[in-house]
Amino acid sequence: MNVNQSAPPVPPFGQPQPVYQGYHQSSYGGQPGSTAPTTPYGAYNGPVPGYQQTSPPGVSRAPPSSEAPPASTAQAPCGQAAYGQFGQGDVQNGPSSTVQMQRFPGSQPFGSVPLTPVVSQPTVLQPYGPPPTSAQVTAQLAGMQISGAVAPALPPVGLGYGSPASLASASGSFPNPGLYGSYPQGQAPPLSQAQGHLGAQPPQRSAPPQASTFTSPASGGPRMPSMTGPFLPGQGFGGPSLSQPNHVSSPPPQALPPGTQMTGPPGPPPPMHSSQQPGYQLQQNGSFGPARGPQPNYGSPYPGAPTFGSQPGPPQPLPPKRLDPDAIPSPIQVIEDDRNNRGSEPFVTGVRGQVPPLVTTNFLVKDQGNASPRYIRCTSYNIPCTSDMAKQAQVPLAAVIKPLARLPPEEVSPYVVDHGESGPLRCNRCKAYMCPFMQFIEGGRRFQCCFCSCINDVPPQYFQHLDHTGKRVDAYDRPELSLGSYEFLATVDYCKNNKFPSPPAFIFMIDVSYNAIRSGLVRLLCEELKSLLDFLPREGGTEESAIRVGFVTYNKVLHFYNVKSSLAQPQMMVVSDVADMFVPLLDGFLVNVSESRAVITSLLDQIPEMFADTRETETVFAPVIQAGMEALKAAECAGKLFLFHTSLPIAEAPGKLKNRDDRKLINTDKEKTLFQPQTGAYQTLAKECVAQGCCVDLFLFPNQYVDVATLSVVPQLTGGSVYKYACFQVENDQERFLSDLRRDVQKVVGFDAVMRVRTSTGIRAVDFFGAFYMSNTTDVELAGLDGDKTVTVEFKHDDRLNEESGALLQCALLYTSCAGQRRLRIHNLALNCCTQLADLYRNCETDTLINYMAKFAYRGVLNSPVKTVRDTLITQCAQILACYRKNCASPSSAGQLILPECMKLLPVYLNCVLKSDVLQPGAEVTTDDRAYVRQLVTSMDVAETNVFFYPRLLPLTKSPIESATEPPAVRASEERLSNGDIYLLENGLNLFLWVGASVQQGVVQSLFNVSSFSQITSGLSVLPVLDNPLSKKVRGLIDSLRAQRSRYMKLIVVKQEDKLEMLFKHFLVEDKSLSGGASYVDFLCHMHKEIRQLLS
Amino acid sequence: MATYLEFIQQNEERDGVRFSWNVWPSSRLEATRMVVPLACLLTPLKERPDLPPVQYEPVLCSRPTCKAILNPLCQVDYRAKLWACNFCFQRNQFPPAYTGISEVNQPAELMPQFSTIEYVIQRGAQSPLIFLYVVDTCLEEDDLQALKESLQMSLSLLPPDALVGLITFGRMVQVHELSCEGISKSYVFRGTKDLTAKQIQDMLGLTKPAMPMQQARPGPPQEHPFVSSRFLQPVHKIDMNLTDLLGELQRDPWPVTQGKRPLRSTGVALSIAVGLLEGTFPNTGARIMLFTGGPPTQGPGMVVGDELKVPIRSWHDIEKDNARFMKKATKHYEMLANRTATNGHCIDIYACALDQTGLLEMKCCANLTGGHMVMGDSFNTSLFKQTFQRIFSKDFNGDFRMAFGATLEVKTSRELKVAGAIGPCVSLNVKGPCVSENELGVGGTNQWKICGLDPTSTLGIYFEVVNQHNAPVPQGGRGAIQFVTQYQHSSTQRRIRVTTIARNWADAQSQLRHIEAAFDQEAAAVLMARLGVFRAESEEGPDVLRWLDRQLIRLCQKFGQYNKEDPTSFRLSDSFSLYPQFMFHLRRSPFLQVFNNSPDESSYYRHHFARQDLTQSLIMIQPILYSYSFHGPPEPVLLDSSSILADRILLMDTFFQIVIYLGETIAQWRKAGYQDMPEYENFKHLLQAPLDDAQEILQARFPMPRYINTEHGGSQARFLLSKVNPSQTHNNLYAWGQETGAPILTDDVSLQVFMDHLKKLAVSSAC
Repeated sequence: MNVNQSAPPVPPFGQPQPVYQGYHQSSYGGQPGSTAPTTPYGAYNGPVPGYQQTSPPGVSRAPPSSEAPPASTAQAPCGQAAYGQFGQGDVQNGPSSTVQMQRFPGSQPFGSVPLTPVVSQPTVLQPYGPPPTSAQVTAQLAGMQISGAVAPALPPVGLGYGSPASLASASGSFPNPGLYGSYPQGQAPPLSQAQGHLGAQPPQRSAPPQASTFTSPASGGPRMPSMTGPFLPGQGFGGPSLSQPNHVSSPPPQALPPGTQMTGPPGPPPPMHSSQQPGYQLQQNGSFGPARGPQPNYGSPYPGAPTFGSQPGPPQPLPPKRLDPDAIPSPIQVIEDDRNNRGSEPFVTGVRGQVPPLVTTNFLVKDQGNASPRYIRCTSYNIPCTSDMAKQAQVPLAAVIKPLARLPPEEVSPYVVDHGESGPLRCNRCKAYMCPFMQFIEGGRRFQCCFCSCINDVPPQYFQHLDHTGKRVDAYDRPELSLGSYEFLATVDYCKNNKFPSPPAFIFMIDVSYNAIRSGLVRLLCEELKSLLDFLPREGGTEESAIRVGFVTYNKVLHFYNVKSSLAQPQMMVVSDVADMFVPLLDGFLVNVSESRAVITSLLDQIPEMFADTRETETVFAPVIQAGMEALKAAECAGKLFLFHTSLPIAEAPGKLKNRDDRKLINTDKEKTLFQPQTGAYQTLAKECVAQGCCVDLFLFPNQYVDVATLSVVPQLTGGSVYKYACFQVENDQERFLSDLRRDVQKVVGFDAVMRVRTSTGIRAVDFFGAFYMSNTTDVELAGLDGDKTVTVEFKHDDRLNEESGALLQCALLYTSCAGQRRLRIHNLALNCCTQLADLYRNCETDTLINYMAKFAYRGVLNSPVKTVRDTLITQCAQILACYRKNCASPSSAGQLILPECMKLLPVYLNCVLKSDVLQPGAEVTTDDRAYVRQLVTSMDVAETNVFFYPRLLPLTKSPIESATEPPAVRASEERLSNGDIYLLENGLNLFLWVGASVQQGVVQSLFNVSSFSQITSGLSVLPVLDNPLSKKVRGLIDSLRAQRSRYMKLIVVKQEDKLEMLFKHFLVEDKSLSGGASYVDFLCHMHKEIRQLLS
Repeated sequence: MATYLEFIQQNEERDGVRFSWNVWPSSRLEATRMVVPLACLLTPLKERPDLPPVQYEPVLCSRPTCKAILNPLCQVDYRAKLWACNFCFQRNQFPPAYTGISEVNQPAELMPQFSTIEYVIQRGAQSPLIFLYVVDTCLEEDDLQALKESLQMSLSLLPPDALVGLITFGRMVQVHELSCEGISKSYVFRGTKDLTAKQIQDMLGLTKPAMPMQQARPGPPQEHPFVSSRFLQPVHKIDMNLTDLLGELQRDPWPVTQGKRPLRSTGVALSIAVGLLEGTFPNTGARIMLFTGGPPTQGPGMVVGDELKVPIRSWHDIEKDNARFMKKATKHYEMLANRTATNGHCIDIYACALDQTGLLEMKCCANLTGGHMVMGDSFNTSLFKQTFQRIFSKDFNGDFRMAFGATLEVKTSRELKVAGAIGPCVSLNVKGPCVSENELGVGGTNQWKICGLDPTSTLGIYFEVVNQHNAPVPQGGRGAIQFVTQYQHSSTQRRIRVTTIARNWADAQSQLRHIEAAFDQEAAAVLMARLGVFRAESEEGPDVLRWLDRQLIRLCQKFGQYNKEDPTSFRLSDSFSLYPQFMFHLRRSPFLQVFNNSPDESSYYRHHFARQDLTQSLIMIQPILYSYSFHGPPEPVLLDSSSILADRILLMDTFFQIVIYLGETIAQWRKAGYQDMPEYENFKHLLQAPLDDAQEILQARFPMPRYINTEHGGSQARFLLSKVNPSQTHNNLYAWGQETGAPILTDDVSLQVFMDHLKKLAVSSAC
C-alpha cells in the first residue's frame, strides 16, 4: 500500500508517533472518504505500528459493499494512510496511548480493572485495553480488517478496504478511533461473530471510534510527517498516519466507547462483539469475512521497511511504539473462534472438500466416506485445476498424513475387513484399493477405478447388485464402500518372503558406560523396566503381548543376555568385535516376558550392580544398532530397538564420531554441515534396518555435544523417535524420562510398513517429509510407525484436474501389527478442484501450511545456508499473499495489507518458524538442540507444529478458580503478562510456570506453600501437592496439558525478573527475540513490504 | 656282546639316552660310511626315582660361548679350586660356595653316578600351571554330556592352585569369564574372522586401558601379578562355578539344516586361546586342551565346507592336489603352533569323531608344542575317558607327569656337531660352535624348545662327526655330549636336568669290529624310522621308501659278510640281525604307508611315533604278538601269518591297538559255552589270560590303545591280519590247506621275499 513509500526510510515506530497527530487528521480526512466505502474488514494497517486498517475499518462498517471499492481507492490515496497506520501505532505508543499500552502488559496487563467495568466485553482477552488505548487499538484493527470492503460479496473474499474510509469517518470522530475495527465486523456481523469477537464490537464503534482514532493519530502526527516525507508527499502520509494511530490505540478505547458507539452502527453485531472484545480488530476481520471462510483481508498499509527498522527517526520513545499488537490478527482469537463455532458439532466427512475445524478445536469426526482430519489434513481442500494456477498461487499442495493416529475414545478405530484368500480388491492397473469412490457399472459386474479410470471386473464373490442410484446395495455393509478409513487383512502375498510375519520384538539396549551409571540412569531404567514390561502393546483383547523382549548393555563392547526361561541365572555374552558386529546367541535372547520373568528380573537387578564400578567412558553406537538389527534378522522378525545412550561414540568402531561442534559455522555457508551426518555409515545402517523392519528409538542423555545430527539418522530413517535429556539427573528428570519411556514402550506401533499415496489423475505425490526411508520415489518405507508419526506429502500437478470429479487421495499403509498380523490401512480423501483462485484461498488451512513449510525449511537447512532458507520462506509467503491480493481481493489501496481469512495467521506463524531455533539460533541454543528440534519437527503433526511454533500461554489466576474449563490463552507476548498473575506456557516440549513479581501472597502460598514471592525456588520443577482449590486446579491443568502431548513436558517455574526468565521469554514468540528474530508486528510490516514489492 | 647290551641298558636307565653307535667312528668320512648316522634317542625327563634333585644351581663354564655345566667328566684341581671344562677346556674357578671342596668332599655333580643330575632353581616367581579348555559344543547330546563329565571330573584332578579357563566354540567362540558371581559372563567372537593377537587381547580387555575397570572391581583380591584373572582362575576358587558352568553348557544352538555340517570355528577358538595366554601368561607353563568332535567348517583353519555332500579330503584328494582348504588351514595352525611354542605353551588335541576332524591340518599344534594328540570315535568311550584321565596321572612323588616350557640344549665336544633333532620340539635357532651345517630333522641350532614334556617324551638327536680323517683322535680319546634341559616342573619349580655322556672314539678302519659290536640296532631302527617319517611329512611316500631301502642295502653292504654276487653267503652279525626285519615292518607301517589310512590317522600315528621312547617306538614299528594255548605258557610268537592257528589265542599289541584274537577252534569252544562249565575251567582261564595281560598294557599306556576283542573270521580280525607278515597268501598256493596258519589276502611281499631281495642287492656289486 501506500505504506510502502513510507516504509523504506521510516523507522516504524518511532516515527509514527510524532507524525500521528498531524497525519491523522489530515489523513483521516482523506481516508474517511475512501474508507467508508471499504467497510469490510479492517485491514491491518501498517504492520509497524499497528495496522493501518484503521482507516478502512471505519469505513467498512456501514457501507460495506458499496464502500468497498471506493474504500480501496480511498486508501490508495491514503497510501500514506498506511503510514498513518504506522504512525498510529506509534502515535498511540508515543503519546499517551502508546504508553498505556505498554504499561498494560507490564502492570495491569489485562487491565482487569478497565475490563471489568467494561463488562459488556467481559470476554476475556480484552483485558488489556485500558479504556483509552483500547479504543485506539480497535480503531486500528478495524482498519486492518480491511477486508470488510468486499464484505457484501462474502464469497468473493473479504478485502480489506474500508480502512481508508473508516479513517475518513474516523478522522471526523477522533474520539472513537477504536471503532474502526468494529466496522468491518459490523458488516460481517453474522459471520463475524464466529470469527472475531473483537470484531463484533469494533464494527459498531468503528465509525465513531475511528474518529477517535484520529485523535490518536494526532499525537502520532509528528511522526507521520516524517514518514510522509519519505514516502508520499504530504497527502499520503497524513492519511496513513492517521489510520495507523487508530489501529494501535483502538482496542482499549473501543471497550468503552463500544458500548455506546457500537450500538449505533451495527445493531446486530453488537451482541456478539460485545461479548468479545472490541479490542481485536484482527479478529474482526475474520468476522467480516462472512465467516472466516472467505478471506478477511488485512489491509495493512504500513511502511514495511520502517517497521522493521524499528524505531526510526522519531526515536523518541525507546519503547518502540508500534502498531497496536491487538490490532493485528491474533492466533488466540482465531483459535477461540473456531472452538466456539465448530467445536460443538461433529465433523461429518461425507462432503467433498470440506475444511475441517482447526487442530486446536476439540471436535468429533463422523466418517462418512472421507478420512478423518485426524488422519489426513491438507493445506487446501480446494485444489487449483491447473498447474498454472497452482504456480501462480504458490500455495503448496500438501497433505499431512498420520496413518495410525490415535482416536479419541468416542470414535471407532477403522474396521478390519477380511477378504479371505483373494486379498483386498484392487484396481488392476493402478493397484488402488477398493474405496467408496470406486464407481460400479454394468449392473455391478464391473467397477471403474476412481484413480485411473480403468475398468475392472468385479470378482464373482464380490458381486452385488446396484440400487437405482447406481450404488451397491451392500455399500453400507462394507466399510471399504462407505468409509474413509478402514483396514484390510493382508494375505501372504503382502508379506516379506511370502511368509506371515512372526510377532515383533523389542530390544532394550542400555549404555552402561561411566556417565550412564553415575547419573543413576541405569539403575532407574532397570527398575522401571521390571514393571514396564507388563505393559507392552497388545492387540485387541489379548491377555498377553505377543512381543518378545531382549536385552543388551554396552559401553565400548556389547553385552548380550541370555534370559531363557530355563536358566537359573541370566548369562551375559560379551561381544567386543565391534568392527564386525554379530549376534552371539539365538535361543534365549528374545523371550516372552511372562515365561522368563524371573530371569529377566534377576538380570535387571544385576545390571546396575555389575557395572557399578565401571570406569569405561567410551561408547560405541553404530555397532549397537547393528547388533539389534542382526538379532532381529536372526529371529526373522521385525521390531524396535530402544537405545539409551549417553555420549559421543568415540571408541574405535564403525560409526565412530568426533566432536565437530563449531559455533563459528553459524551463519556461514557451512552451517548446513552441522545438520548433516558426519559419516555415511549411519545411512547405510539405516537402510539395512529398514530392510529388516527394525525401528530404532533413541533416548539420549548427553552431558555435552553428542552430535544428535548424526546419531538421529537411524531413528529418523527407521521411523523411530529421539528423546533427549540434556544433563540428565535422576532427581530432576526422572519423571520426564520415565513418562516418555512408558509412553514410548506402550504405544501401539506398526512395523515393517510401506506407505503409498495414490492420487487420481492430474496430481501426483512428489515429495515426502517425515521419519522414514525411501528407496524409490513412491514407496515410503517405515521400519516402524506409531500413532504420533506423521508424514507430510506434497503434490504437484501433472495434468488438468476436473472440477466435477475433484481430486482423490488414497493412502495405503501395509504394516505388521504388534501382534504380528499383516494389515493394510487405507485412508481416502476427496478434495474439490477450482478454477478460481479465490476458492483456493477460501479453503486453505494455515496450520497445515505451516506444518508443510516448516518441514520444507527444516529439510532445506541440510543443503542450503539458513539465510537462503529463511528468504525462500518469506518469499513464498509473500507470493502467496500477493497473489491473493492481486487476484482475489477487491481492489484497494496498495498500502493496505490484505490477508485471506484462512491465512491471516500465516505471517505470525511463519515468523515463529523463521525465528525458531533451527532457523535463527540464539546464543544459548546448542548445535545438538537444533539438530534435535529439526529432527522432531520432521515427523510432527499439525497440532504439534501449531503449538510448537506458537506456544500456548495460559493465565492461571484470571478466571475464577471454580471454572472447570481451561482458561483462555493469551498471546505469546511479554506485553500480555501481568506481574500480578501466574501463567503457564507450553509448546509441546516445554512447560513453564511464570510467576509475576506482585502476585498475591495468598496465591503464592496456596500454590507453592511458601509465604512470599522471593521464597519461591526458581527453576522448581514440581509443584507441592497442596489441598486447596488453586493448587489442585493448576496441577490438574498441568496434568491435562501433559496428557495432550506425546512427550512429557517438564515443568520449570520461572519468576519474573529472574535469570531463568530469559529462557521463558524465548517462547514469547510475538516479541522480538534476543537472537534477532522479528517481533510479530515488525514481521508483518516486512511481509507487507515484500508483498507490495511483488505487486508493484 | 652281552656287555654291550648291558651297557646300553644301563645307560638308558641312568641317562635316558640310547645311541645308534656306542663307539664312535673317529672321522667324518668314516662316520658317513657307517650309513646309520651317529644319533641318539634322548628321554630328557626319564623318571629317576633314585635321583633326588639338588637344591642349588649348576656351575657353568665361564667361557661365554660354552657355558657347559660342571660334570663328572671335568678335570678338577681340588687344591687350586679350579676345574677344566671338558668341552672347551677352559679352566674355571669354583664359585665361593665350593670352597670346602676336596677329593673326599665332592659335590654331587662331580660323582660319576650323577652323569645325570637335576637342579632346582629357586630364582624367579613361580607361576601356577594353567589349563585352558577349548571345548567344541557341536557335539551329539550324549557326546557332549560325556565330555562335560570328563571335564568336571578333571577339575578334581588338577592341582588346586592351577589356573583354569574355558573357551567353548561352535558357530561362535565364547571365552568364559570365571570370576564373576551371579550372571555368568562370556566374551563372544565370530567364528569366521581371523583376529590378530592384539585384537583378541583388546577385545578381551587384556590390554592396559581396560585394566582400571578390572582392578576397580572389589571382587577377589588379585593373588598374583598377572593381568587377566578374569578368564583364568585358580581351580580351588571356582571349581564349583566351573562345574556348574560346564553342567549348563548347551549344544551349539544355531540350527543345522539337513545336509549340512554344523559350523565349527575351531580355528578361531584356538587362535583366541593362544592369544589369551599369549597376552596374559607368556612363558609360563600352560596347556591348551582342545576337545573337538568334528572338522573345522568355517573361518580361518577350516578344513572342509559345511556341505555334507562334499566329503573331507582324503589322501587321494591330497595327491591330486584337490584339498582346497588344506594348505590354508595348515598355514593357520602352523602359525598358531609357532606362536604357542614361542610363548612356551602347549596344545593338546582330543579329537573324537567317526569321521576325520582335521588332525592333518592341526597336527603341528601338538607336534610343535609337545602337546598330546588323542583320536577316538566318541567322547563317550572309555578310550577317551581313560586317556584323558591319564593325562593327570602322578608319579612316585605325587607330581603330575608333565613339564612345561622346556629348553633343551646340546653341547658337544669339538669333534662333534649337532645336526638336528626330531621330536615334539621347535628350533630356538641358536647358532653356536657345535651346530652343524648339515641338517637332519630340525637343525641349524643346538637348542630346542619343548613346550610340553612328559617322562616318556623322547627326542631323536642327530650328530655329525666333524673330525677330519687326517687329524686322528688320540687313542683312548672320548667324545662328550651334554644335554641340558631347563623346564618348569609340574610343582611349578624351575629345574635343570643335565646329562653328560661320553663315548670312545674308534678308528673305523682298524677297529670296525668294536664299532660294529657297539651298534644298537633297536635305537638305530627307531632313529632311522624317525628320519623316514620326518621326510615323509614333506616328501612323496615312494621316495621315502626308496631312500630307506637304499640305506638298508648300504648298511648290509657295509656290515654284512658275504661273497660278492652270492646271496646265499650273506650273513649279518648279531648286533645287526634284527635291523632288516625292523625295516621290513617299518615299510609296512602306517607311518610310511598311507594306504587304508585317512590323512588324520596318518598324522595321528606319526605324531605318536615322533615322541614315544624306544620301546614303544619299536612296538609301533613291529607289533608284538603273544600266543596263548593249552600247549604251554604264553609265549611271544613271530608276527607272521603262520602264527595264526586255530587252537591259539593271540594277543597283538601295536601300541595303538590291542587285539585279542581267538583261533577258530577256540572261538567255537567259546561259542559252545565251555568256559561256563565247571569241568572246563582251564578253558575259562585260558580265555581270561590274554584279557588280563591286555588290561595290564591298557593300564600303562598313553594314549589308551583301541581295544579289540575278536575271533577267527571276525571283521575286526583285519587289525591282526594287516599286521602280520604275509608269509602265506593266496599267491603261494603251497600254503593252502596246510594247518600252519592263515593265508592273508594280499599282494604285499612277505618278509622272506624281502630278505631275498635284500641279500641279492647287498651282494650285488652293481650298487
